[in-house]
Amino acid sequence: MATLELTLDEEILAQPLKRGRRLGPLFWAAIGWVVLVFAVAIFADFLPLPSSTDMDMLERRAPFSAAHWLGTDGLGRDELARLIYGARISLIVGLCAPIIGLTIGGALGMLSGYFRGRFETLVVGSMDVLLAFPPLILVLAIIAFLGQSIFNLTIILGVLSVPASMRVARAATLTLSRREFVIAAQALGASHARILLRELLPNVILPLFAFFLLGVAVIIVVEGALSFLGLGVPPPISSWGSMIGEGRESLDIAPRLAFLPAAAMFLTVLSFNLVGDALRALTDPRQGAL
Amino acid sequence: MAFFVARRLLYLLPVLIAVSLLTFSISSLLPGDLAYTILADQATPENLAALRRDMGLDQPIWWRYFSWLGHVLQGDFGRSFRTGQTVLQAVSERLPVSIELMLLAEFGALAIGVPLAIVCAARSGGPFDRFMTGTAFAMLSVPTFLSAILLIYFFAVELRWLPATGYVPFAEDPVGNLRFMVLPAMTLALAEWPGIMRILRSDMIATLQEDYIALAKAKGLTPARILFVHALKPSSLTLVTITGINIGRLIGGALIVETVFALPGIGRLLVGSIATRDLIILQGVVLLVAAGFVIMNFIVDLLYAVLDPRIRHGHA
Repeated sequence: MATLELTLDEEILAQPLKRGRRLGPLFWAAIGWVVLVFAVAIFADFLPLPSSTDMDMLERRAPFSAAHWLGTDGLGRDELARLIYGARISLIVGLCAPIIGLTIGGALGMLSGYFRGRFETLVVGSMDVLLAFPPLILVLAIIAFLGQSIFNLTIILGVLSVPASMRVARAATLTLSRREFVIAAQALGASHARILLRELLPNVILPLFAFFLLGVAVIIVVEGALSFLGLGVPPPISSWGSMIGEGRESLDIAPRLAFLPAAAMFLTVLSFNLVGDALRALTDPRQGAL
Repeated sequence: MAFFVARRLLYLLPVLIAVSLLTFSISSLLPGDLAYTILADQATPENLAALRRDMGLDQPIWWRYFSWLGHVLQGDFGRSFRTGQTVLQAVSERLPVSIELMLLAEFGALAIGVPLAIVCAARSGGPFDRFMTGTAFAMLSVPTFLSAILLIYFFAVELRWLPATGYVPFAEDPVGNLRFMVLPAMTLALAEWPGIMRILRSDMIATLQEDYIALAKAKGLTPARILFVHALKPSSLTLVTITGINIGRLIGGALIVETVFALPGIGRLLVGSIATRDLIILQGVVLLVAAGFVIMNFIVDLLYAVLDPRIRHGHA
């Protein structure tokens, strides 16, 4: 009997560790891929790569070779170099836009969730108006007038990701504001700024960060879709989306021109989703929440 | 119920006004001059000034907004300066294509998602459930344009079963119309089923733990009857929710799919108007799509209230 109790004890002790163990090999593979993409995107200029914009009309759609590891595209440009420089665009837009959304949306959400009243009504109402547009349609309309550039694209996608971050931050703040530690801080005479920054922010930041990673995945997809339609980053800058769009023209002769950037984008988006989802599950106390 | 509808309608009005304001300011406040675009290479200073006067572009901004809104409320959304077609003509020509595409896609997604959700919920935690949940998660990371490319490659380029691009109206050739619609609708359905399956699955798992399911089992009802009749019915609210959430994504997805498969729908009209800088069409289509989207969401809200009395009485 004693041995049985002992094993039971061990199991109970092991339970908190299981949370850590839930981040299985898939999670670490996703982290690994994201780190790899980051590394090649940051150090692209120092890598011994052929130029991503030099055309070689004699070497169009060349197969894999020592000179061009992943072959060349329809204009004889090195496919690997274009993939790596494309990763740059995806990451710049994919990270900067959610950061804009996270900062503005997080601040608005926390302020409206903490102070309530007219300010909350105003913020929630204006976000509802932004959400009243099908997102892709709004992006296209604004891009059409502002013109295509990486900067414009990032700003627009950033502004459009404000409402979602606002909702996450506001929902978290609303429940946290009623918790004992906030009431205690108020009773101790802490200023609003102190309560917001020292008591609420550390608790709101976790769900926001998990949400941020999912946002990165969404923005990479939207940027890809826009570039695919020829309305994203202007040529000759390579982006995964525009590469897939160009590859579509030669699906019958060289399908890899569409499939290589497609695979890169799928793996990156999947990785961000996996990491974001795992972190969200950790910060979400509800059991078995989606 | 009447009170609920009235309250929602009161809320609808300011949102629609704000949508019109935002649409107007996108096209009026952002750089890019309409008169300059219309005249293009004939844009001498005199011509520009004359055209601006004709179009009222020299008037103050608030006056232009109200005059535009006045025309819109009378059903006059303007006329393309490229083709001479009015916005309403252009939209009503293309709307059936987009609606057919979205309906087919939604039916396809439900046809895949609902049975999978039921089977997964019945054996939750089992190998099939884990496999399908994983697949659904991976599918969520496949952008629409990516699955479009894959489907074109397999079914149009390799197998040559279906056409890659093109369109015939349903009235002219129903079979041909469906042949052109299969791949686009399948692309959209592939993007939509994971969401349906994930939400319905977790909802069904919760429902299956209710007491009345245990009673149904104790009565000796067949598992199929319990799953499809007793458990699926309370989940209808979830299905409405998902459809509501999906509309916005579906419109965006339809835009991409129509462009890839060259279907003459609303999305292609919009993308085309950007390419030709046909700003009147662009403005009109954006306004109509956004207004349609707001009204669709309003209808979904009403459907909730019909299905769930708690919402009607403001308890939920």
